[in-house]
Formats: sequence, structure tokens, C-alpha cells
Amino acid sequence: MSGIRVLVGTRKGAFILTSDAKRERWNISGPHFAGWEIYHMKGSPVDPNRLYASQSSGWFGQIIQRSDDGGNTWHQPGTPPGEPTTTPEGMPKGESNKFVYDTSVETGKPLTTHQWYDGTPHPWEFKRVWHLEPSLTDSDTVYAGVEDAALFRSTDGGKSWQEVSGLRGHGTGSKWQPGAGGMCLHTILLDPSNPARIFVAISAAGAFRTGDGGKTWQPINRGLHSQYIPDPTAEVGHCVHRIAMHRSRPGVLFMQKHWDVMRSDDAGESWREVSGNLPTDFGFVIDVHAHEPETIYVVPIKSDAEHFPPDGKLRVYRSRSGGTEWEPLTKGLPQSDCYVNVLRDAMAVDSLDKCGVYFGTTGGQVYASADAGDSWAPIVRDLPAVVSVEVQMLP
Amino acid sequence: MIRVTLPAHLRKLAQVDGEVKLNVEHPVTQRSVLDALEIAYPMLRGTIRDHVTQRRRAFVRFFACQQDLSHELPDAPLPDAVATGAEPFMIIGAIAGG
Repeated sequence: MSGIRVLVGTRKGAFILTSDAKRERWNISGPHFAGWEIYHMKGSPVDPNRLYASQSSGWFGQIIQRSDDGGNTWHQPGTPPGEPTTTPEGMPKGESNKFVYDTSVETGKPLTTHQWYDGTPHPWEFKRVWHLEPSLTDSDTVYAGVEDAALFRSTDGGKSWQEVSGLRGHGTGSKWQPGAGGMCLHTILLDPSNPARIFVAISAAGAFRTGDGGKTWQPINRGLHSQYIPDPTAEVGHCVHRIAMHRSRPGVLFMQKHWDVMRSDDAGESWREVSGNLPTDFGFVIDVHAHEPETIYVVPIKSDAEHFPPDGKLRVYRSRSGGTEWEPLTKGLPQSDCYVNVLRDAMAVDSLDKCGVYFGTTGGQVYASADAGDSWAPIVRDLPAVVSVEVQMLP
Repeated sequence: MIRVTLPAHLRKLAQVDGEVKLNVEHPVTQRSVLDALEIAYPMLRGTIRDHVTQRRRAFVRFFACQQDLSHELPDAPLPDAVATGAEPFMIIGAIAGG
């Protein structure tokens, strides 16, 4: 193993941090795409040099960027630098930023509205890509979770995108509503043991699962309890913030909901609360130790009204028992006057021994622990607000 | 030649410095200028107007000859000074906040 690459998306550009396996000294590359919001970057498990990035702007919309050399150079898929961008007939080679909802009768089961904040019907409008999830087996296949909530898939390296429309069309879509950050599909978990099984999560609709590669979907929200919807145990409407799994046990899922930390041992069929002794069970991130499937991490946030750590103390909480019993991890983290947030895609782990844990804050710090959370240090500390953090192991 | 100015973010995407110059057949309209721009720089498709509806994105404005042309019809002729290349067709990111 030659090193670690940390992919950091921020409100004003992308940064790539690299280190050898000691994880002590970090080189920082960036900003890439300066001035643009980078919601997410992630590398292909098949080819670590293949990176995908979601570049977004309220003015100019969505751009998809791809690197085939580990982030040294980037291009919009279909328009590689130095090559003609159009076919001999004058047509664009790629339409990497074209995300069009499927409304066809055959596959899309036309869906025209979801719920707006006030409960009235609102048309589906594409805004941005929140999360990119490269396939576990093919570097040209990648999934995109978008706002307004839907799942898209590209099988040509991001040149073109098609909606996996069975998700929006399965029957509950008209009841989905936006969370405070928008109606986003932010979590995509691919089952390493079953290529046909995918889990996704939407704020504020809930969690969903397919067992046939995306043709059909079902809500998997039994056991969730949300006070902010008319029926707290409704089939959909839950503001799920993040789901995590350990690749060795894809039937065990951990969830950070708006409030409540939850666990499922049956692939989402049912959930039970494992918030236990957390100081607050509101938060955004949740992740699993690379080698210990029962060791999980969260960063408690005071409340949905006050998006910062309780008491001004930035604490990661670790459970070694799959939830319920939690210990605060504070060594190296600010324990006074800290009022940053840690957003839902901003935690990741590496698979070195000991497991490395990384998270980014809205204050621009990326903290890393090279000892599974026992101690922490900032590996960069003055970036724009961090939106996402991913980690790659380099061969 | 039609002269088009782009905002900084789009210049970077298109990998151009300064103004863009385009051959556009007459009549010169917003639509014909944007069509020519997107053929020359396909990476800009979807950034100025919607891929499907072809409507101007909400936070993009079109200025020329000290006029705001954002709300003109896409097929309305642009001012002669734009058509002759005397003045640029300016694509602007709307000032929506500080």
C-alpha cells in the first residue's frame, strides 16, 4: 500500500489530501474547481485513479467532473481536454450534466409532484447531485443521488445519465417532502455480496431498498418514529440523515436520523433505536469501523435548531457494541467554544491497521484519527466549509 | 463575428480567456447565439439555459448595449451593434446577494 488519499468537497472548491501509510504528513492539492460547491467526490473501488466529482452552482447548475489520473487533471466526461468536443456531425460527445427525470409511461410511471414544505403538491425539479457512488465492479458505472430526490445511473463513465425511475415510481413519491437542506437523495449503499441490492436514503422521505438492481423498490422505515410528521410512524416522511454499513455484514445497517440513532439487523425490514447514552441523538454523520462491524461513530449535534456540538465541545462518540453504549472521543478535538457542524457526507474511514477515521467541519477543518478515534489531529484546518469527505487506499 | 462575454466560472469551464467570438447566421437572436456557443463549447450546455426547456437559468442575465435583454423572447433579433460585432452579448451571473 503506497498511501492514503482524502477527497474533500467544500462550499468553494475541492481539495485532495495525500499521505503515506503513516498518516502523519499530508500534502494538500487544491482548490480544484475554485469557487464552485463540491458536494461530493468519490473514487472507483475498481480503479483508484478514476474519480468522480459533483460540481454545483446556484447560478450555472450542475457539472460532473471526472479524473482518470487520481485528481491531477479533470474533465467533463465526454469532453476530454485536447480532443474534439463534438462528433463530426457537430453533436456534443457527452451530456454529463443532463439529468432528466424519466416520465415515460413504459418505465417512469409519470410522477409530476412531491410535497412542498407546506404539504402542497410541487413539481419535481432537478437542482444538483448530492452524492456519487461508483460501482464496486465497473469503473464506468456510477450512481448519482440528486435533489429533487431521485437516483440516476451512468454506465459510460459519467457521459450520460439515466434515471433509475422505479424508485420515484414505486408509489410513495407523492408523499415525499424536502428536509431543511432540500429534498435530496444523499446515501447510496451498494451491497458487496449482492449486486442487485441497493439501499438509498432521502431527506425527508426515508430509506428504500431494491433487490433487483433498481427495477422495484420498497420503503424500509418500520420502527422509525418522527414527531414532525402527522403520523410519527408513517411508511415514508422520515428525515434520514445518513445510513452506513460494514461491507462484511450488508444486512446490518446503522442510521443517523434527524433525531435518533437507529440500527437494523434485517436489511432495513425493522429498526430499533440505539441512541443510548449519547448527549443528544441529533446529528448528520454515521460510519462503521473498517475492521470491527460493531464499532460505529457519530458526531452528536445539539439540535435541529442549533447545528453545533453541545456545550461547544466537538466530540466524536464511539460505540463498540453496535450502539446504545457510547464513549466520547475528545483527545485532540476542541473542547471549548467550538460551534461547527459536521455534515452528512463528511465522515469516512480507511482500512489500515489501525483503522483511520476522518471528518470535516463547516469551519474548514478536516480531523483525522490514525488510531480508530482514540486521538485526533487536524490534517488541514482552514478550508472553506467542508461538505464531504471520502478516503481512498492507494495500492 | 459575434462577440460574447462569459462570467468567470463559465470561462474556466470552457477553457477560454476573454471574449468568445462566434460565427452566427442572421438573424442574430439569443437562441442563435446560444446555439452557436453551445456547439463551440458543449461543456456549457445546461449552464446558461435548461437542457430540456431551453429556458434561461433563473440566475443568469443577458445584457447588451446598456440594455437588459434577459426577458426578451429567444427569437427576437438582438441589437444591430451585437449582430455586427460592435458590441458584445454579455452573459452575466445575476447579483443575488453579496
